[in-house]
Amino acid sequence: MTVNLGIGLPTQVVGHLPADVPLCLHSENGIVGVGPDLGYDQANRNLIDAGGTYISTVPGTAFLDSAVSFALVRRGRLDLTMLGAFQVAVNGDLANWMIPGLFTPGPGGAVELAQKARRVVILTTHRDKRGRSKIVGECNLPLTAAGCVNRVYTDMAVLDITPQGMVLREIADGVTVEEVVAATDARWQIAAASLPTF
Amino acid sequence: MMTDKTTTIGEAVGAIGDGATVMIGGFGVPGTPFCLLDELLRQGQKELTLIKNDANETGMGVDHLLESGQVEKLIVTHIGLNPRAVQMMHDARLEVEFCAQGILAERIRSGGAGLLGLLTDIGIGTRLAEGKQLIEIEGRRGLFEKALTADFALVHAWRADPFGNLLYTASARNFNPLMAMAADRVIVETEQLLPAGGLDPEAIHTAGPFVDCVVPLPGLTKEYGVVRR
Repeated sequence: MTVNLGIGLPTQVVGHLPADVPLCLHSENGIVGVGPDLGYDQANRNLIDAGGTYISTVPGTAFLDSAVSFALVRRGRLDLTMLGAFQVAVNGDLANWMIPGLFTPGPGGAVELAQKARRVVILTTHRDKRGRSKIVGECNLPLTAAGCVNRVYTDMAVLDITPQGMVLREIADGVTVEEVVAATDARWQIAAASLPTF
Repeated sequence: MMTDKTTTIGEAVGAIGDGATVMIGGFGVPGTPFCLLDELLRQGQKELTLIKNDANETGMGVDHLLESGQVEKLIVTHIGLNPRAVQMMHDARLEVEFCAQGILAERIRSGGAGLLGLLTDIGIGTRLAEGKQLIEIEGRRGLFEKALTADFALVHAWRADPFGNLLYTASARNFNPLMAMAADRVIVETEQLLPAGGLDPEAIHTAGPFVDCVVPLPGLTKEYGVVRR
C-alpha cells in the first residue's frame, strides 16, 4: 500500500514500521519510497521529507516534481495518510492549518491529502497546549477538509469516525474511560464494555 | 550550435526590477537557489511578490529578504518554519496568499503550459475557496484556479549545460521544473556546468528553450548544507 506521512507526529511513524510489511511511503515534497531517517553525519543535504528530516532511499525509490507528487494524491493513489490536527470533529471535519490571530502555518499539502487519500488517520495529542480538547463536537477553526477523517489516535484513546458518530475503540494503558470523557469536548459511543488498551 | 546562456550572477539578477513577481524553487533547503537570493538581497530590489512553496527558515534564503523589507507579498503553501513570516503576516506588514500545495504546483504548471487555469474540487467549502469562481460541469463542481506566471523564476539545478538543459537531484526537484517553464525570464543557478552534449538527452528534466540565463556556482554557501536543528 502507498502511505503518506504528514509533518509533525506522523513522520515519526517511520521508525516504528515492521520491515516485512509491503509498504511504499510517499512524501509530498516529491518522494515515493521514503527510507529510514539518517543522522546528520550520514545525511544527503538534498534529501528531506516534508517535515525537514533527512531520510534515505529504499530499493525502488522514485523522485517526483511537486505537480506529479500531488497528481498521485488527487488521483486517489494513496491508500492512507496520517496527519496532525488542531481540531477533529465527531463528523470527521479536520482543522489543521490556521488558528486565526494566533498561528497560521498554512495548509501545505494537507487539504489534498485529507480530501483525497482513501483513508485519513489523525495522530495528535488529545489536548492542545492549553489543555483544551482537540476532539470537538464542531470545529470552530477554519477547516482543512470536511468529513474526511476515519480514525484518530491520541495519547489517551483510539477513536473511529463512523456514519453513526464517533466511537471509542481503545484507551491508553493506565487511562480510564472517565478520564478520556473528562478530557474530551465531544460525545461518542463506546465500542464495548471492556476496551482494549495500547 | 546551441546558444551559450551562461552569465554572471550580478548580470542575471540585475535584470530584476522593483515590483517584480518572482518564482523561487525549493521545498525547505533542497532546491532553494540561495546564491541567487543572496544576490537579490545585495542588489536590494523592493516591493517584490514572491511565489514559493515556503518562506525558508530563520536566517536563510527568503527570510533575509523579509528581514530587509524587500517583500510585499508571498504566494505560498506553508510558512510554519519561519516565525518572522508568520509574525509579519499577523502584523499586516506582509500580504500572504495561501494555496494548497498541489494546486500551487498546478497553477504554475498551467502558466508554464500556456493555459488560463484549471478546475479542481480541492478546497471547496474552505477559506481557500473564497473569491474563486465555482463552476459545474456534468454534475461535478470545481473551483477555477487561475494560472500563475511571473516576471522571473529563480531555479536551482544540480547539473546544467550552457544551453540551459537541466537536471535536478533527489528532493531538490520539487517546484523547480514547474517554475522553469512559467516565468518570462528564467534564471538558473547550477552546481555543475557540463559542456554541450554532457547530459543524456533521455534524462533531461527541463529543456533548454525554457531557460534564459545559466549561472554556474563557483561553490556552495553554508545555507545549502545539512541543517542541524
